[in-house]
Amino acid sequence: MLTFILKRVLEAIPTLLVLITVSFFLMHSAPGSPFSSERSLPPEVLANINAKYHLDEPVLTQYFYYLGGLLQGDLGPSFRYKDFSINELVAQSLPVSAEIGVWSFLVAVVIGVSCGVFAALRQNSWLDYLVMSFANLGIVLPNFVLAPLCILFFSIYMQWLPAGGWNGGAWPYLIMPVIAMSTSYIAQIARITRGSMIETMHSNFIRTARAKGLPKHRIILQHAMRPAMLPVVSYLGPAFVGIITGSVIVDVYFGTGGIGQHFINGALNRDYSMVMGVTILIGTLTITFNAVVDILYAIIDPKIRY
Amino acid sequence: MSTLNQTPLLDVKDLRVNFKTPDGFVTAVNDLNFTLSQGETLGIVGESGSGKSQTAFALMGLLAKNGVIEGQANFEGQNILTFSEDQLNHVRSEKISMIFQDPMTSLNPYMKVGAQLMEVLILHKGMTKKEAFEASVKMLDAVKMPEARKRMNMYPHEFSGGMRQRVMIAMSLLCQPKLLIADEPTTALDVTVQAQILTLLNELKSDFNTSIIMITHDLGVVAGLCDKVLVMYAGRTMEYGSTDDVFYRPTHPYTQGLLSAIPRLDSNDSELTTIPGNPPNLLHLPSGCPFQERCVHASDPCFTEAPILTEHDNNSQRACHKSAKELVA
Repeated sequence: MLTFILKRVLEAIPTLLVLITVSFFLMHSAPGSPFSSERSLPPEVLANINAKYHLDEPVLTQYFYYLGGLLQGDLGPSFRYKDFSINELVAQSLPVSAEIGVWSFLVAVVIGVSCGVFAALRQNSWLDYLVMSFANLGIVLPNFVLAPLCILFFSIYMQWLPAGGWNGGAWPYLIMPVIAMSTSYIAQIARITRGSMIETMHSNFIRTARAKGLPKHRIILQHAMRPAMLPVVSYLGPAFVGIITGSVIVDVYFGTGGIGQHFINGALNRDYSMVMGVTILIGTLTITFNAVVDILYAIIDPKIRY
Repeated sequence: MSTLNQTPLLDVKDLRVNFKTPDGFVTAVNDLNFTLSQGETLGIVGESGSGKSQTAFALMGLLAKNGVIEGQANFEGQNILTFSEDQLNHVRSEKISMIFQDPMTSLNPYMKVGAQLMEVLILHKGMTKKEAFEASVKMLDAVKMPEARKRMNMYPHEFSGGMRQRVMIAMSLLCQPKLLIADEPTTALDVTVQAQILTLLNELKSDFNTSIIMITHDLGVVAGLCDKVLVMYAGRTMEYGSTDDVFYRPTHPYTQGLLSAIPRLDSNDSELTTIPGNPPNLLHLPSGCPFQERCVHASDPCFTEAPILTEHDNNSQRACHKSAKELVA
């Protein structure tokens, strides 16, 4: 197991390097620059700024500057938010997104898995159809529709919850972002769980378990749950990354100040280092959680050993 | 056949299994009747799709959801076909247990073999973990599992097919059930392992005095193990009697066909004898006798009227319009 983890860490380095290189050159080959705005700056000022950020040097040189910074853990200065480094911006916004994300993840897993299991056990009953209709609704309902609907209902009509803000993550401020964030994940998890639970319940070893006279709850929890969770776990790895890195929709509608907003703004503003920082962050998280999924697989399935 | 006169352990009357399918009702098992006394072994033979396995599943309450059962199966005087799931769970494993066709997939690949054995004892016998562990080791020893203690902590994928079937057999015998239903227990195994498993079943039969229903399409298995044979075709009984009668004096054209299809080492024929044709589609059974399309003796009444199962000598039963004498001639 330890060699497996070590191997995965070593493998991650070239993967990340490729990711960084490709996104760096793609970013710089796109037309425009952080400072080519509609309000044109005097050429002297522009030259000054370009010199400050090394933008007047060849792209390859800039690349090595950037790599050099990275090696020291420095994601560079933001081109947009003057006086802020990317490290500071991430440190500020990631915890917010992560807090919304972890809650959303827990909610999604608990509700999604239970709905999926119940639907599977009552396959083709009205309960199954009801749960699956909601799941389909959850998948097709985009969160940019769901978020304003939430605000409309909870804040404006019922006046139960504040319409936006963060307030250090106090729970009234968390509820709506979590709803907006988790709904589509609940739906996906429910669908995957239902499918794999139905398949598992039809397998021969479940028939054996029934022939042994085991009560139903024991068959489900002891015999069916582990194999049924395998496809769910492989979905959850990448989903977890998506869920904790937040969503621009949530950040914009609820003004939570999460990291999601930086994805879009960074790209629109040609904030090179912001885009790179976010890419590296997501890349690293993806690699990490894929490894976590592999480790979980080994825990669940005894046939997999590293 | 001395046991035939005792009160039977299991008395199956007019057992019928229907499946509701999108194309209509399919009768997989059609008015099956048989009895089984304590310690007796019944072989149910037939081709694939003849309803052998569905008979077993019906008795265990393991039919697919679209299956509908009619008739009776009186086990120790109680009709287990009417039992609720809870009631069945006290019969399963405790009184009737089952071994399945495919040992490779019948054990839970995600659980240690020991845990799968122990849970039966903990549930049905109320044993502690420790007691259950020791009892399971003992049972693995009884089915001649080498290094039983060590293997308790292993997963099914670390076992060969034959070893897994031994585990299945051990598991089915843990509560010393009165009846063991073995659904083609040797089909998925290679020949030498088949022989070992059959020897094992034979020994266990005498050690535990367990009744066995042996479902198979291998007539050799029946000859070696069974007291009685029931020959099934398209869900119906074709012939039912003692193994000796059915094997040495077969009176039904289908049984005769099956027996002559066994390859012989002492014969020089280069071609294998077969029964021409295929079993009928259960959705569109031919009128009259289900076997008529493949029967070499078929004539007038066979095409229009289904033969009724009737007693003939030695408590044997047969369903054929032709008399036994006609067939020999």
